[in-house]
Amino acid sequence: MEMHGQVFDIRRYSVNDGPGIRTAVFFKGCPARCAWCHNPESQQFGREVMCWPSKCVGCGACTLVCPAHAIQMEDGRPVVDRKLCAAGAEGAGCSSGAACVEVCPVGARTLVGRTVSVAEVMAEVERDRAFYDQSGGGVTFTGGEPLAQPEFLRALLEECRRSEVHAAVDTSGIAGSRVVEDIAPLVDLWLFDVKVVNPAKHMMFVGCSNQPALDNLRLLARRGSRIRARVPLVPGINDSPDDLRSLASLLTSLAGNQPEQVDLLPYHRAGIEKYARLGREYSLEGVGQAGAEYIESVMRELAYLGLDTVTRRGG
Amino acid sequence: MNARVGQLRRESLEAVPHISTERAELITEFYSSDRTASPVLRRARAFAYLMENKTIFIGDGELIVGERGPAPKATPTYPELCCHSLQDLHLLHDREKIPFASPPEVRKVYEEKIIPFWRGRSMRDLIFEEMTDEWKAAYEAGIFTEFMEQRAPGHTVADDKIYRKGFKQLRQEIAASLAALDYSRDPKAHAKSEQLRAMDICAEAICIFARRHARLAREMAKQAQGRGDSARAAELLRIAEVCSWVPENPPRDFWEALQAYWFVHLGVITELNTWDSFNPGRLDQHLHPFYKQGLESGTLTQEGARELLQCFWIKFNNQPAPPKVGVTAAESGTYTDFANINSGGLTPDGQDGVNDVTYLVLDVIDEMRLLQPSSNIQLSAKNPDRFLKRALRIVRKGWGQPSIFNADMVVQEMLRVGKSLEDARAGGTSGCVETGAFGKEAYILSGYFNLPKILELALHDGVDSRTGRQLGPRTGCGRQFSSFDQLMGAFRQQLHHFIEIKVRGNNVIEGLYAKYMPAPFLSLLVDDCIARGRDYHDGGARYNTTYIQGVGIGTITDSLSAIKRHVFDEQHVSMSDLLAALEADFVGHERLRSRLRDDTPRYGNDDESADAVMRSVFNAFFQEVDGRPNTKGGRYCIDMLPTTCHVYFGSVTQATPDGRRAGEPVSEGISPVQGADRRGPTAVLCSAAKMDHALTGGTLLNMKFTPRLLEGEDGIANLAHLVRTYFKLGGHHVQFNVVSAETLLDAQAHPENHRDLIVRVAGYSDYFCDLSRALQDEIIARTEHESF
Repeated sequence: MEMHGQVFDIRRYSVNDGPGIRTAVFFKGCPARCAWCHNPESQQFGREVMCWPSKCVGCGACTLVCPAHAIQMEDGRPVVDRKLCAAGAEGAGCSSGAACVEVCPVGARTLVGRTVSVAEVMAEVERDRAFYDQSGGGVTFTGGEPLAQPEFLRALLEECRRSEVHAAVDTSGIAGSRVVEDIAPLVDLWLFDVKVVNPAKHMMFVGCSNQPALDNLRLLARRGSRIRARVPLVPGINDSPDDLRSLASLLTSLAGNQPEQVDLLPYHRAGIEKYARLGREYSLEGVGQAGAEYIESVMRELAYLGLDTVTRRGG
Repeated sequence: MNARVGQLRRESLEAVPHISTERAELITEFYSSDRTASPVLRRARAFAYLMENKTIFIGDGELIVGERGPAPKATPTYPELCCHSLQDLHLLHDREKIPFASPPEVRKVYEEKIIPFWRGRSMRDLIFEEMTDEWKAAYEAGIFTEFMEQRAPGHTVADDKIYRKGFKQLRQEIAASLAALDYSRDPKAHAKSEQLRAMDICAEAICIFARRHARLAREMAKQAQGRGDSARAAELLRIAEVCSWVPENPPRDFWEALQAYWFVHLGVITELNTWDSFNPGRLDQHLHPFYKQGLESGTLTQEGARELLQCFWIKFNNQPAPPKVGVTAAESGTYTDFANINSGGLTPDGQDGVNDVTYLVLDVIDEMRLLQPSSNIQLSAKNPDRFLKRALRIVRKGWGQPSIFNADMVVQEMLRVGKSLEDARAGGTSGCVETGAFGKEAYILSGYFNLPKILELALHDGVDSRTGRQLGPRTGCGRQFSSFDQLMGAFRQQLHHFIEIKVRGNNVIEGLYAKYMPAPFLSLLVDDCIARGRDYHDGGARYNTTYIQGVGIGTITDSLSAIKRHVFDEQHVSMSDLLAALEADFVGHERLRSRLRDDTPRYGNDDESADAVMRSVFNAFFQEVDGRPNTKGGRYCIDMLPTTCHVYFGSVTQATPDGRRAGEPVSEGISPVQGADRRGPTAVLCSAAKMDHALTGGTLLNMKFTPRLLEGEDGIANLAHLVRTYFKLGGHHVQFNVVSAETLLDAQAHPENHRDLIVRVAGYSDYFCDLSRALQDEIIARTEHESF
């Protein structure tokens, strides 16, 4: 039987996720809950309904068709009880197009996440092959967390290898080491997140231990995999002198293949509206966007600690 | 740029386009007294009269000299082609966009001398008199436009002959051709003799014109010396020396090469009001030998060459496209006159054509930032990335130049229609995107063709829904169609009907030009007019192509795709309901409209089903037009470009089934409908590349990027990859707007702060504030590709 998986987007002309022109395949579902995440729709496994308050005309049509009775009108606006919403359980309790999405006359509701086969993903990836050939690009599996759907990811990577498409995996590293070992030979490039090195802080802001991630990073370095480290830079959260010191020391002391590049991804607030659309709270309300001067000072500091970094606007 | 160039540039930018009656008065004087019977000899004598009598202008600080009018931006008129009425002059003077100052003294001259002589006698009058009622009905309905109703065919580009030969040698060739005429065996010998003698008169006249500049320069040198300005006096003496040598003799250095071209350019655009003015074509290759020899002999420096090129650039900017009115103003609403300089590409023997002058020219384009001349690069797989990246660094600055052409595809297009490999490689593109064999071809754009309007007629039994008039054949009402194929059948019949009308009209117009308005001076510049003893307008050129330019392929594709899906495949909308919604301009049918827009496979998204529809429309248009013979022994080809005609065609087309409302612009070039492409730039390029560009004489693709997407070296590298890949997939041309929607909206609200904002329109750049509101809105609505 053909392998299927959950994705929430496939984007062509992705130019910030590895070399050249790439197609980014966004896996849905992630074990991490980074407080700064700008793709909150990537976190939950299974489909979700996004609501666009700016488009909603308050007609109430959605409340009438929901099979789970999860939508109520409050102050003239539909509000979803996410605990009752059955969109994630496709087929069981919610139609394939989600009734509330289909009935909305103004497109104020969209469904995020779909189940796709390996062949469907590859057909989409194939479309820009001429651009990969020209630019040295390929596909980047990102998310969400691609390692959280290991069989699906493995099947895709095998297809890429067979059809000679350069494949990168963008990961938090939060996964069992066996999964990583298993697919490592099929991955041409790892984009490996190093979020917070301090374990307690990681627990606080990412919601889980960073031990598996650190172990996997060391494992990949040892086995000689090509790695680009990706460091989100969140003011006030992972930019203290201690944070920068431990980051530099981790990345400069890896045994084996050192990361060939360290990308600094400055925090931005572009994804905040999505939280409201998903009916969720944004916990970093007070954090400001990283300015150019600040980013430069952090880069200088890291360089002083022996770690050269690269940054690019628009991450 | 240095102080001289800065000053000349400023003067050019500040000069206000205004109408000069000098040419109109001279031509009227000439025609009033001349009794020559032969039209071609009369045209030659008229040209000589102009060259001998028009005002000679040499501006302060100028190194390259000569103006078409008596001063920069003093714009002549051509009453023998189109005699403006007093009302036209008022309109030109007062209109908000693209005005031409025409003060009372101009109107007085027109009223007293020009109009009484030319009214009813101009080519425009003659053309409209000869057109049939059905041609006029289609023209008035906005099904097609007619390029020759106000301007003459030109649409051609110089090759390298003027740098090799000089007019003295051309006159020797004419004499040889005359001597070889066999009056007893060749029944056309006398006609050829008239043509050749006319060309000889013109060759002599252009040399006289140059020598008049030499004389004036000498006088001015004396005055300069008199006021103690010996530096300027020396320059003026040098100018005098240059002007007494070229274009009669082949240029001996870089300066003379530029001046030789400029005289030729002025000759062409003074003889007639040629479309796309004229164009030096492969300037970098033509100048390279002079540049190299100058540097080697120590008579030229790189800085000196740069300054001369910059002075040359300013001369183009001083010549606004002569005033247009009516439909011609709507289809080509700009001061730009489309001289479009080609850089790079291949040499005639197939080698990488990029040289040192190429990079110098790109520097000049970058620094001058002028509307005119337009500029493009011809990019071959053989050209280095350095060349492409240098050009893209200018593109990134956001004012739309240079545009980028696929030199290898341009060659392929020419080979398909039987041009020789050498001629194809020495050719390139001009105007907006049109392919031609430089110095060897008359490739005439005859008019834009409104494809979405043809669909409208196919849905309404041939009735124009705007006027209720039966325009086309009765191919059945949309309600009666039971299949998509039936609709396509009706579309093909309507298409056939109106292409026939257009071609019949063209045949008459080509004949009128050949007979009454020959171009003996232009004929000197295009092979093989001298060898054949035939005029440029009469098949004298080695290759003769007539183009019809398809407009709105994105709009018609999405419209057909919407009908296919919603009416025939899924059948949840009836044709009656759809037609009622179109009739109502979607008022009260908003849900249907959003369904048509949002739930239809649309062109520009690399969607197989939409792109298949695009191909079938394209093929229908191609098959209908391509290969038809024209009056000059040549053939018809198609082009896919709009200039500003997509706005005019939109204004005469009712609501379309893709959700477009009545009056809104249709899509431009081969770009997707504004806002319909949602899958990023690679998807747009993949869709566009599914058209077989080799079957055309040019396609125009516009893309809009936010400045952010092109930041840094990676931004340039990725843009270069996009271009190279599109060309590998067979694309003909791509051009970029790199300006954010916010900037454009601000410019609309506060034009006073954005007078210098230049954007890419369609095949040329223009000042944003000079564009019509509809065109401004159209550019803002184009999908902006963002980084993510």
